[in-house]
Amino acid sequence: MLEIGLGHYLTLGAIIFTIGIAGIFLNRKNIIVILMSIELILLAVNINLVSFSAFLNDLTGQIFTLFILTVAAAEAAIGLAIIVVYFRNSGTIRVEEIDKLKG
Amino acid sequence: MIIQSIFFYIFSFIAIVSAIMVTVSRNTVHSVFFLILDFVSISCLFIMGGAEFLGMIMLIVYVGAVAVLFLFVVMMLNVAQQENAWFQSKKSKEKTSSHIPIGFLISVIIFFELIIVVGGWKFKPELSTDLNLSLSIGETNTHSIGSVLYTDYIHLFQISGMILLVSMIGAIVLTYQKREGLKRQSYFKQISRERDTSIEIVDVEKNKGVKIDA
Repeated sequence: MLEIGLGHYLTLGAIIFTIGIAGIFLNRKNIIVILMSIELILLAVNINLVSFSAFLNDLTGQIFTLFILTVAAAEAAIGLAIIVVYFRNSGTIRVEEIDKLKG
Repeated sequence: MIIQSIFFYIFSFIAIVSAIMVTVSRNTVHSVFFLILDFVSISCLFIMGGAEFLGMIMLIVYVGAVAVLFLFVVMMLNVAQQENAWFQSKKSKEKTSSHIPIGFLISVIIFFELIIVVGGWKFKPELSTDLNLSLSIGETNTHSIGSVLYTDYIHLFQISGMILLVSMIGAIVLTYQKREGLKRQSYFKQISRERDTSIEIVDVEKNKGVKIDA
């Protein structure tokens, strides 16, 4: 319990991943919080990669974390741009009222 | 060793609590602040685990850029004061209440699956011979990442640069809007001006002056 091993880091990653998933499922407020939940999920993946990299003494995990950071930044920029355009067109970003696609 | 464990538990506790607060807090601005707190504590954990470069990059990229972008958008869209409809939905009460148990169930199932994977997992015995990119002792983390990133992963590095370029152009194109009544400089018009259209020779009578009505 006191000795911090790989399992502790992986459990932390699993908890944050689950919180992100729950945030996507349960959110009824606005899409921005859903985007933040996606960021949390990517963060959990980063925790897993970095902890494996640290405990295996292998750099590949950290390199791929760098690429995940890049893609996460790009995704946040594009997602927020889409949200801004949607808000400009329809006046709301509440999750319940976004039903134009009738899905 | 005990100090390291204590710090691990402190930072992971802060990270988990702030991740929960991101999803449940009433104000969207508070959610963004809790997201920042989450990233800061996770980057502290990265630095503790020996990935100093990634911890600092997380701080710069997320806290400095992405979270500020979120804040800008939240304040631009004027949804900061919107009431959180997480538990009490005014418009459609029955829809929300049917939504929440299934969502909880699915996330609990996902969590236990992940925990089962973590608990029943072992290294394979010959793993240490398979490593191809072991950290060399005596180099800093940044130095070793640089020496790998710019040689073995140079194509992925350049492709990630292209991804950033495409996302930047995409964001600009999506949010650009032409506004009426805005005076703009048109280089084409300026360069293609001719002498005939811009200069007029006027005979001026004495002591009358010229009336300019343009």
